[in-house]
Amino acid sequence: MMNSDKVLDAKGLACPMPIVKTKKAMNELESGQVLEIHATDKGAKADLTAWAKSGGHDLVNHAEEGDVLKFWIKKG
Amino acid sequence: MPVTPMTTKEVAKKVINKESFFILDVRNEDAFQDWKVEGENVQYLNIPYFDLLDGVEEILPQLPQDKEVLVICAKEGSSIMVAEMLSEEGLTVSYLQGGMKAWSEHLEPVKVGDLKDGGELYQFVRIGKGCLSYMVVSNGEAALIDATRMTDVYMDFAKEISATITHVFDTHLHADHISGGRQIAEAVNATYWLPPKDAAEVVFQYEPLEEGNDVMIGNTTIQIQPLYSPGHTIGSTSFIIDDTYLLSGDILFIDSIGRPDLAGLAEDWVGDLRETLYKRYKALSDELIVLPAHFMIMEELNEDGSVSEKLGTLSEKNHGLNIEDEAVFREMVTGNLPPQPNAYQEIRETNMGKITPDDEKQREMEIGPNRCAVR
Repeated sequence: MMNSDKVLDAKGLACPMPIVKTKKAMNELESGQVLEIHATDKGAKADLTAWAKSGGHDLVNHAEEGDVLKFWIKKG
Repeated sequence: MPVTPMTTKEVAKKVINKESFFILDVRNEDAFQDWKVEGENVQYLNIPYFDLLDGVEEILPQLPQDKEVLVICAKEGSSIMVAEMLSEEGLTVSYLQGGMKAWSEHLEPVKVGDLKDGGELYQFVRIGKGCLSYMVVSNGEAALIDATRMTDVYMDFAKEISATITHVFDTHLHADHISGGRQIAEAVNATYWLPPKDAAEVVFQYEPLEEGNDVMIGNTTIQIQPLYSPGHTIGSTSFIIDDTYLLSGDILFIDSIGRPDLAGLAEDWVGDLRETLYKRYKALSDELIVLPAHFMIMEELNEDGSVSEKLGTLSEKNHGLNIEDEAVFREMVTGNLPPQPNAYQEIRETNMGKITPDDEKQREMEIGPNRCAVR
């Protein structure tokens, strides 16, 4: 498990909402802080990876626990 | 202005008619590069939806004013969001209903021809994934070949033309898509046939599809002659229907040939592939109309959206049938293989009945192009 500064619950949400909410939550963090995201949308993995890259953030870790996909993104 | 959904059927029609339109694909770049809605007169712009969350003003200059814009994403949610934003800027836009997921599942039935006794042969074009399946109809009976998992489409179609499905075949154990054959056979109490050499590990009952076991459809002379033609898989079997059509499975395509590596070792099967294409097929009539189980590029479609070509024409024009030197042939089919289809091992296990993924998982396993050919 990783430490995070904020946890976003995006479970049950369909695309594009996980990214919309992630972006909003990220705006409230300082550079270097880590956002933890929980999602169930299968497309979230590829999209969050690509989004983090294009936004200059760092996807530091991800994990699958049952149906839940977890992501840790460090703000760039 | 309201945004309007466009169905997969409408998009398929545009593509088949080679209409000119503009696609704004809002999936991420990897997904777009891997697989998209193909069309000969389609222009594309790929901007991931997450780059448009703050507004679409920046991309407006890149969109045409005089052409219809169709927004596409994986499932449809993001394309609706982007389409609405564009609409607020005054553009007339639509989105692909159900997204690429629905596109992958769309089947377009096309009549390929009449049979000598008054029966008909239909080709079901899975335009988004490039899979082709067939229905042979004669005197109220129907046979299905290489059916996809969209089983309702075939059963509804048979009902519409008042035919009973009595035989269901798979030319080989598929690695790129999940077969609907067994499920349909069970639902309508038809016989399900598989080549035994491909079925060594299957966990269900089937009839062995072997050379010499001709099957009658209707009470007339439509024969489905299994023709052992290994090479893509060890069991791959072709059919000659009504002395006119050669259903070549994944052995011979219009502009390419089958790859020998998806179920075993390319090195082991390339010899069989060579034998089938250069000896067994060459011994057949040039007049036979080849109906393959796949197409790879839109250029392989005929005017009416069907995929077919005379064997004699393919003998002249298909590069894979014109490599005299066996060593060069070996190098081409084993040395230069494209990436494998998505989840192909799991798809094979599903087709063997070893695993039973739920519908959502099956959809996901089939995402992307078929990739069964070498060119």
